[in-house]
Amino acid sequence: MTRTLPTTPAEPRPLEAHLAAYEAFERSATETSPPWLRALRTSGISYFAELGFPTTEHEEWRFTNAAPLAQFPFKPVHRALRNAVTAADLARITFGGLRACRLVFVDGHFDMALSELLPHSTGAVMGSLAAAIERRGDLVEARLGRAAHHESNAFAALNTAFIQDGAFIHVPPRAVLEAPIHLLFIATKPGTVNQPRNLIIAEERSQVRVIEDYVSLAGSAYFTNAVTEIFTGQDAAIEHLKIQREGTAAFHVATIEAHHQRQSRVLSHSISLGARFARNDINLRLDGEGCESVLNGLFLATGDQVVDHHTIADHARPHCASHEFYHGILGGRAKGVFNGKIYVRKDAQKTDAKQTNKNLLLSDEASINTKPQLEIFADDVKCTHGATVGQLDDQAIFYLRSRGIGEELARQMLIKAFASTVLNRITVEPVREELERLLEERLAQPNA
Amino acid sequence: MNTTLDPIENLVQSDYKYGFVTEVETDSVPPGLNEDTIRLISAKKHEPDFMLEWRLRAYRHWLTMTEPKWANVHYNPIDYQSIVYYSAPKRNANGPKSLEEVDPKLLETYERLGIPLHERAKLAGVAVDAVFDSVSVATTFKEKLGEMGVLFCSFSDAVLNHPDLVKKYLGSVVPYTDNFFATLNSAVFSDGSFCYIPKGVRCPMELSTYFRINAANTGQFERTLIIAEEGAYVSYLEGCTAPMRDENQLHAAVVELLALDRAQIKYSTVQNWYPGDAEGRGGIYNFVTKRGLCKGRHSKISWTQVETGSAITWKYPSCVLLGDNSVGEFYSVAVTNNRQQADTGTKMIHIGKNTSSTIVSKGISAGHGQNSYRGMVKVQKSAAQARNFSQCDSLLLGDKCGAHTFPYLEVKNPTARVEHEATTSKIGEDQIFYCNQRGLATQDAVNMIVNGYCKEVFKQLPMEFAVEAQKLLGVSLDGSVG
Repeated sequence: MTRTLPTTPAEPRPLEAHLAAYEAFERSATETSPPWLRALRTSGISYFAELGFPTTEHEEWRFTNAAPLAQFPFKPVHRALRNAVTAADLARITFGGLRACRLVFVDGHFDMALSELLPHSTGAVMGSLAAAIERRGDLVEARLGRAAHHESNAFAALNTAFIQDGAFIHVPPRAVLEAPIHLLFIATKPGTVNQPRNLIIAEERSQVRVIEDYVSLAGSAYFTNAVTEIFTGQDAAIEHLKIQREGTAAFHVATIEAHHQRQSRVLSHSISLGARFARNDINLRLDGEGCESVLNGLFLATGDQVVDHHTIADHARPHCASHEFYHGILGGRAKGVFNGKIYVRKDAQKTDAKQTNKNLLLSDEASINTKPQLEIFADDVKCTHGATVGQLDDQAIFYLRSRGIGEELARQMLIKAFASTVLNRITVEPVREELERLLEERLAQPNA
Repeated sequence: MNTTLDPIENLVQSDYKYGFVTEVETDSVPPGLNEDTIRLISAKKHEPDFMLEWRLRAYRHWLTMTEPKWANVHYNPIDYQSIVYYSAPKRNANGPKSLEEVDPKLLETYERLGIPLHERAKLAGVAVDAVFDSVSVATTFKEKLGEMGVLFCSFSDAVLNHPDLVKKYLGSVVPYTDNFFATLNSAVFSDGSFCYIPKGVRCPMELSTYFRINAANTGQFERTLIIAEEGAYVSYLEGCTAPMRDENQLHAAVVELLALDRAQIKYSTVQNWYPGDAEGRGGIYNFVTKRGLCKGRHSKISWTQVETGSAITWKYPSCVLLGDNSVGEFYSVAVTNNRQQADTGTKMIHIGKNTSSTIVSKGISAGHGQNSYRGMVKVQKSAAQARNFSQCDSLLLGDKCGAHTFPYLEVKNPTARVEHEATTSKIGEDQIFYCNQRGLATQDAVNMIVNGYCKEVFKQLPMEFAVEAQKLLGVSLDGSVG
């Protein structure tokens, strides 16, 4: 009946460094920033100061200890180094064969020289948020900070306090972008904190595919705290693919908040492979009738990795559908956390919500905490959720071995099959192939 | 909404037929809680020193605790100083020796509730311990059970007559430090049932306790302790009712089950405390801690509950599967109607090897009822080959109620297999239509569908209870189909 409270007392909240960094930043940025942005940042820092870093007493952080993030020395990067990334580096980390508009961000800042913009005649705007604030201030002001809940999410608040750069994509009404947009976030400086802030607006009846990709050239620890806000207009379609392949010592926190209008279609993927500590909050608000959404995710953690996904499908209007599929593969001493919430608000009748979370534990030391959650306030709904935890099916392995396939290969085949049900939903083929290859590579490592 | 379904709305409104008050002289302590109250309760019950010590330790610990707030229920704060912690019907100095000496008014009360305390109970074949407010008024079939070595008596009797057993097992499953309400119970508990099944004995009849809250402003704090020795088997039933009153009453009970090697305990509850009126005035706060410990190998504990009453239900009958190959089961039907709120579920803690657990939870919400399933399945590192299956379904009747599911799955062993499934739906208009066109009235159709929905749980109940539960469900949902 009781909830066991953590035995260790709450960590002290070392916010001084963050507040001091904010003051220094605000002094230097005051000259150039418009007043509304300064107000938004101020509100960000004041909520952050009030919330502090979450502890395990916080229900949303019950199984994931955020103390290492709180203790990580807070050194935000306000200006990116030129030439930190070479063309050779870039070739290594971009997806071969992918024809896409590529926006490159080095330590959270847009790098024009490395980026590659395909010519298109649709009138779509893509580039850095910093530039958009200067040139399209009205458009940014109307949306920035309107989807992300910086009043309740400490990491979103911290990001909001330091809004400076990130990706900005605006797809005008009826524009259909054939080539996907590849946002490549490269961390180069060890010991720093990168806080990209992304804003994606797909106006009515437009279609766009965005790949949000986090990689690193830095071997040692750094901290990425990203926030992405997505707005889709009526009848718009968006595919958002987040790939997290940070360095093995990295800390990664990402918040994605999407706001969907009537009859929009959303396909959201989250593939989490890297980082020592990864936390993803992916929240969809279905705020118009007839929205359809798919939340698709795969996390692989080995060694001492901690990977945590929190998703929300918030059905605010009737006749919406959300289907969620998250698969976890955990080996070594890795720790996985999954929490999927489905909210069905009072008048959201005829909701069709499905959620599955399946987890594979590959080793004795790996563990998973999963908590699928339904909160339903309407009666004419179809909601289901399911969660499973298990290991590879002995009979399936036996079957493969009886056909002359070695045990190790049989295991890898089964794991790959488990992962590919998720990966197959990705429509951008070169990316899917590269992810399959990365996965195989990781599974072949001895500590997996 | 479709007009053909309107009768469903009318179906839920019904009367609580156990809402009467029995006028008996009571012996109560003044309201309020302090060490003196506890000493007074202990003195009234002529308890040995170790009991008083235990109560005081619990009370001192309780003072350091704060009321938990995490449950998905809302209620006005409870004033612990305005509760009467002990209330008993007045009786002769020595207490009744047999049923003939029990106050006829009390017997009448139990007659009205349909609980057979008289000799005709022989026909029913169920041994009953009846608890009225704070004390046990009668226990039937004592002699017959005594022949087999089964001890079944009120907790007070057990403290006086079998202090060694009580001392050994009290708090061994739910320690006095466990949680806010369990600790409060440990300090002030008044009575309850005690049951001890010796080695290798299969208890020949169903044991049953009937709890009745009668006096106003009292809290009922009973404590049940069931011990099944090696190879023993017992099936235990619990029923409860209370009068209709406008103020809320607190019921904070503790149930401890202990199963040793190859022992089996089957614990069934039909909870029908007064749920409050349609506007949510009055009703019982049912904040109960129930836990079973499968200590021995191959032991089994099975909880079955039908929760139809109480303004607020907040309980999680749990199983700690410590012994290898032990089995835990939880079957639940929880109904919330009008303004009722229920936050209920279970915890299955797998520690031993090859342990398995099954959870089947059926929630039904109607009116403005809020029904939450909250459950935890925890597989510890040591629990190799642990197996769990959970199924939580919610049925919504009406568009103002809510159904919520909060399952926690924590797995630390790779050989464990844990599955959880939940669905939420309403009775389909097509299903009703199908029944209608086969000549079934909407009300009957709904009753039939709801009963079919709960069948998996009802079939776990002992026969007499299953019939009662089915009727109760019909009454609770009377008029709620919408």
